[in-house]
Amino acid sequence: MSDGHAKPNHDYHLVDPSPWPLVGSLAALFTAIGAIYWMKGLPLLGVKIGGPVLFSAGFAAILFTMWSWWSDIIREAEHEGHHTAVVQLHHRYGVILFILSEVMFFVAWFWAFFNSAIFPADPQQFARTELFQGVWPPHGIEVLNPWHLPLLNTVILLTSGATLTYAHHGLLHNDRDKLKKGLIATIALGLIFTCVQAYEYAHAPFAFKGSIYGASFFMATGFHGFHVIVGSIFLIVCLARAYAGQFKPEQHLGFEFAAWYWHFVDVVWLFLFASIYVWGNWGGHME
Amino acid sequence: MDAISTEAGAHHDHPTGLRRYLFSTNHKDIGTLYLILAVVGGLIGFLMSMAIRAELAHPGISVFPGISALLHGTDPTNIDAAKNLYNVFITAHGVLMIFFFVMPALMGGFANWFVPIMIGAPDMAFPRLNNISFWLLAVALVLVVLSTFAEGAPGSLGFGGGWVFYPPLSSNTGHPGPAMDYVILSLHLAGASSILGSINFITTIFNMRAPGMTLHKMPLFAWGMLVTAFLLVLTLPVLAGAITMLLTDRNFGTTFYDPAGGGDPILFQHLFWFFGHPEVYVLILPAFGIISHIVSTFSRKPVFGYLGMAYAMVSIGFLGCIVWAHHMYTVGLSLNAQRYFVFATMVIAVPTGIKIFSWIATMWGGSISFRAPMWWAIGFIFVFTLGGVTGVVLANASADRQLHETYYVVAHFHYTMSLGAVFGVFAGFYYWFPKMTGYMYNETLSKAHFLLLFVGINLVFFPQHFLGLAGMPRRYIDYPDAFALWNYWSSVGAAIAAVSVLLFFYTVAEAFMRKREAGANPWGVGATTLEWTLPSPPPFHQFETLPRITGSGHH
Repeated sequence: MSDGHAKPNHDYHLVDPSPWPLVGSLAALFTAIGAIYWMKGLPLLGVKIGGPVLFSAGFAAILFTMWSWWSDIIREAEHEGHHTAVVQLHHRYGVILFILSEVMFFVAWFWAFFNSAIFPADPQQFARTELFQGVWPPHGIEVLNPWHLPLLNTVILLTSGATLTYAHHGLLHNDRDKLKKGLIATIALGLIFTCVQAYEYAHAPFAFKGSIYGASFFMATGFHGFHVIVGSIFLIVCLARAYAGQFKPEQHLGFEFAAWYWHFVDVVWLFLFASIYVWGNWGGHME
Repeated sequence: MDAISTEAGAHHDHPTGLRRYLFSTNHKDIGTLYLILAVVGGLIGFLMSMAIRAELAHPGISVFPGISALLHGTDPTNIDAAKNLYNVFITAHGVLMIFFFVMPALMGGFANWFVPIMIGAPDMAFPRLNNISFWLLAVALVLVVLSTFAEGAPGSLGFGGGWVFYPPLSSNTGHPGPAMDYVILSLHLAGASSILGSINFITTIFNMRAPGMTLHKMPLFAWGMLVTAFLLVLTLPVLAGAITMLLTDRNFGTTFYDPAGGGDPILFQHLFWFFGHPEVYVLILPAFGIISHIVSTFSRKPVFGYLGMAYAMVSIGFLGCIVWAHHMYTVGLSLNAQRYFVFATMVIAVPTGIKIFSWIATMWGGSISFRAPMWWAIGFIFVFTLGGVTGVVLANASADRQLHETYYVVAHFHYTMSLGAVFGVFAGFYYWFPKMTGYMYNETLSKAHFLLLFVGINLVFFPQHFLGLAGMPRRYIDYPDAFALWNYWSSVGAAIAAVSVLLFFYTVAEAFMRKREAGANPWGVGATTLEWTLPSPPPFHQFETLPRITGSGHH
């Protein structure tokens, strides 16, 4: 591709200049400034709802950037043949490392949770010890029963992992019908999970505010719920691409990455369920 | 590749003007952008440090009331505004120098430029991702500058709680205004930038090495960047989580760091230093790589103990992740925890010693030519050893009882960072400037720059050991008369360092004006890595035909 006369003697993809990194970064800047004005309730340039407006505009621009950028990638992969074997390997490394960094993000929430849950009676933390009366779950907190909706959600997510593998088998054997059915089932299970979680949030007997119990619960499970929504959108994109006739049995990185992401979200839930719902609520007062 | 891609290639290859830089997907152009950002960030941070040293030259408060009047329009007699601005300056100085000077210079600038070339690759694995890493850092810099003009503590501007952002100073108790929120979101964006950049470097290094270049033949700078990138991928998300919880504590009523709701401010310190300690190795490991190449080039010998050098960096990276609480000896850790962190920290002296002795052994018996980059490299080895030795002192929990939050700590980490990492930046700059621009600078000017900075900055920080041992605490705008002598000399050193910075800009300008052709390899036979096989500056896309590595000469 050099100077338009010779093709390079390698299989790497030298990408064309792209406006999306700059547009996306400026969008992130405006989203951040809008978020600050919104959170602080400050008028922006004299306009009272300036904060939320700027935030929403910036966020919309981020979504637009994602759409355009990933459209470019799909075009390069599907129609322009840029995704050679080594480029595909790049993408695999990239997504694995991204998921690794996400795992470390969850480490922060688990750290915050265990920091209180293991030491409810630490003599140095006298304020906490007095407030919680030395026990976890804290005295006076009514907790969720892990064997009701949380267990149901565990079953839902594990099943969705199985249906996704079913879809993958369909794709590998060029059974498009099986691929679509499997994806539809997975997306449906993901949406049910989100609805159950929303119902549970709405009826939770404790709040995000005011206590480390509620704070660590909602932060960890909420961040997970956000990932379920992102994963569901990822799968919906895959479904649309399946209907558009994309993905080949031998090359379907977009589907594979959606599946990896979904399984990652699934595994995180198992850790949340085991530590926060079951262990963390053990012996607590339930409705 | 099919016909379409070749056709598209015909018109995309040499973008020009704004499109070339704003929409860049070329690792060398993005590296240049990063270097420019580093100069901007570093210059602002440097001017702040000059203001700090000017204030501390004499007891009493004399400089900051004027700066506050100038920047924020406060009354020149308003001492509280001056004190607040001093706190804002020491905070912003730290944030700028770490995230917007050393990281963009070493990782963004030199690593972007030279890791692909050194491993024989035509570009980074993800060129577009490379570009968003740069622009996210640029907008993060905008946010951090905006924060100094937003309300922080009630009635004053900017966040002044120190670069470590400990609550309750950084929560609503200390700084309820939006200044801290600007800092938090700035760090989110800078963190995303570094994580994406690191993913890019790891993928590039693992997948794009030229045929025949095994990991054990890879240049040490690429090794340093590989370890650095892993540290960032593994620890930056934890910082992101910590500051997200700080954001919800501030704005949504949670109590992660508030004992009133069962939370714990020490939790923040753990999460912060779980990132913060690996971060100091993020700053120094790329410099280790650069110094290895320079010492080897100008001694005309391969690096002594190449594999030991590579795995010393790997073990420094690993150990760096498990020693974080040595920043927290005084918060009430259990004695067993303190014992563990003392010993784990001291173990780091072993791989660091391997590096220092291997550099010396590389020079030993070599045919040394004292060109300008070699002066900087030898200076680096001297100051970094000094900073490392005081680090071993501070690793002792018992000694830290006395020295915690004193100028001894300030002297220690400036010897490793402000002298160590910064000498690494300048060493790399003078080593690769001819390659990046095609022009040779005046070596006498570079050596004068080195001498001035070396004398100046040692004069700044060496007396601070005495101040710290005598008990002078960090982060105060004023001090008792007993500390006046060494503070005065420290400020004299700062003035000398300021002259050296002016000389630096003159050296660069002179090189661009004289346009002395550097040639492909100005350093002679000692320079064996792949960048010296290319013309200076290298073509827009190098290695259209991948180089083939044979033998064992390539490190």
